[in-house]
This record gives sequence, C-alpha cells and structure tokens, in this order.
Amino acid sequence: MPSDAPAPARPGAARATSTGWGRLLIAVYAVFAVAATGRSSIQLATQADEAPFPYALSALAAVLYLVATWALASDRPGHRRVAWAAVTVEAAGVVVVGTLSLVDEALFPDDTVWSAFGAGYAFFPALLPVAGIAWLLATRPRG
Amino acid sequence: MVTWIQVANSVVGLLLAAAAGVYVARDRLTDRVLLAIAGLLTVGLVAQLVTSFVLVLTEDNDANPVTFLAYLVGCVAAMPVAAWWARGEPSRAGTAVWIVVGLVLPFLLLRASQVWDAGAL
Repeated sequence: MPSDAPAPARPGAARATSTGWGRLLIAVYAVFAVAATGRSSIQLATQADEAPFPYALSALAAVLYLVATWALASDRPGHRRVAWAAVTVEAAGVVVVGTLSLVDEALFPDDTVWSAFGAGYAFFPALLPVAGIAWLLATRPRG
Repeated sequence: MVTWIQVANSVVGLLLAAAAGVYVARDRLTDRVLLAIAGLLTVGLVAQLVTSFVLVLTEDNDANPVTFLAYLVGCVAAMPVAAWWARGEPSRAGTAVWIVVGLVLPFLLLRASQVWDAGAL
C-alpha cells in the first residue's frame, strides 16, 4: 500500500508543500486563483466605476490566490515564506472584509469573493486560508 | 448554450468525481479508466465550447461573449492541467485532484449557462 506522503529526506527537514494532500489543497487554490482573476479582470474592465472598492478587493484576492497557489506548488525554500505571507493576508482579508460586508453594506455595492465570509462560494474562501496555514504547519521544518 | 451537452458533461463530471472517490478510498492511483473518463469529459467540453462559439456568432444575445466563452475555455484548459497535476503525485492524494475537477466543472457550466440565459433576447 503506497503511503500518503513520502518521508522527509532527513529528519527535521521540511516536507515539500506540493506533495501528499497538499496536491489537493493547491488544486482548490488554483480553482480560486483562476476564478478570482477572471471575475476581477472582467469587473475592472467593464464596470470599474460602479463599485471601485469591492472590485479592488476582488483584484487583491485574485493576486493573493495566484501567489499562494504558486508558492505552495513550488518547493524552493524561500517560497514557504511567500506562502505564509499570502495565506496570512488572505485569512485577515476574509475576516475583515467578511465582517465589513455585513456591518457596512454601503461600502459594498457589489459582492467580492470575501463578502459574508465567502458565502457566495460555499464558504471556501474562509476555509482555504485555515487549510493553508494548517498545511504549512504540518509540513514545516522541525528540530 | 446547448442544454443536453451541458447536462451530459455535468453527469460525466460527477461520475469522474465519484469514481475518483472510490479510487481514493481504495488507495489507488490514476489509471487508464480514470483517464478515459477524463478524456470523454474533455471531448464533451470541447463540443460545448464549439457549439457555444457557433451560438455566439449566430444568435442574438446580450451576454458578454468574452465572459461566456471564458468559462468554457477555462473548463477545456483545466483538463490537461488536472491530468498533469494528478499524475505528478505518486499517492492517492494525486487521484483526489479528479474529485475537485469533477465537482467544480458542473458549477462552471451552470454559471456559463446562467450568463448566456441572462443575455437572451
């Protein structure tokens, strides 16, 4: 029976974030990267004046998803730090924007990916950074 | 958007997800059967894209053609990427990538059909 994850090359070494179940996490991140990029480019290209604040946030979310996907999928040492930065800002973003979108509806004439904590996307936007942080912790270098 | 092709693609997508779920439970890697289902789905998605492109050219519809076709191009393009990503991991976690693909595609097709129907004159 093949094991779910290869053992680290040496004890204490970090496990590559793109192996094992990270594969699945990155696949979901990639879906959101493409979806958020598509959504925000069309919004900004066709109706940027209507709701500049939500659309700018959608663009920020798109960039974060792209960076997180790329950094998690790459096994270079420095990319772990980039992935940490992306998922942490993403976690803060979904909490702050999710709260703001419920408290001050006037700020949000149109929805963002993070509105109401990602309710429009089955709350995946709220779950993803949690899963990302958990995965970065699980694969971190030990010792 | 041709509804029967959309329904057929969604069904094959769910079938792919279900089959991959069984594979993951049994700790199996992507094999020719899974790839055959994915290949069938790819053919269906290409058919969806081509017929939709013809609709954009021939029908009066207010839907933004770029938005509408982007969904369908994205669906087609996702298939080879998914195959590469799934087969790059030598454990059942790689097989699980097909579950994501099979579950997400029906939603994307639904969104595309909503975009198209909203523009119907």
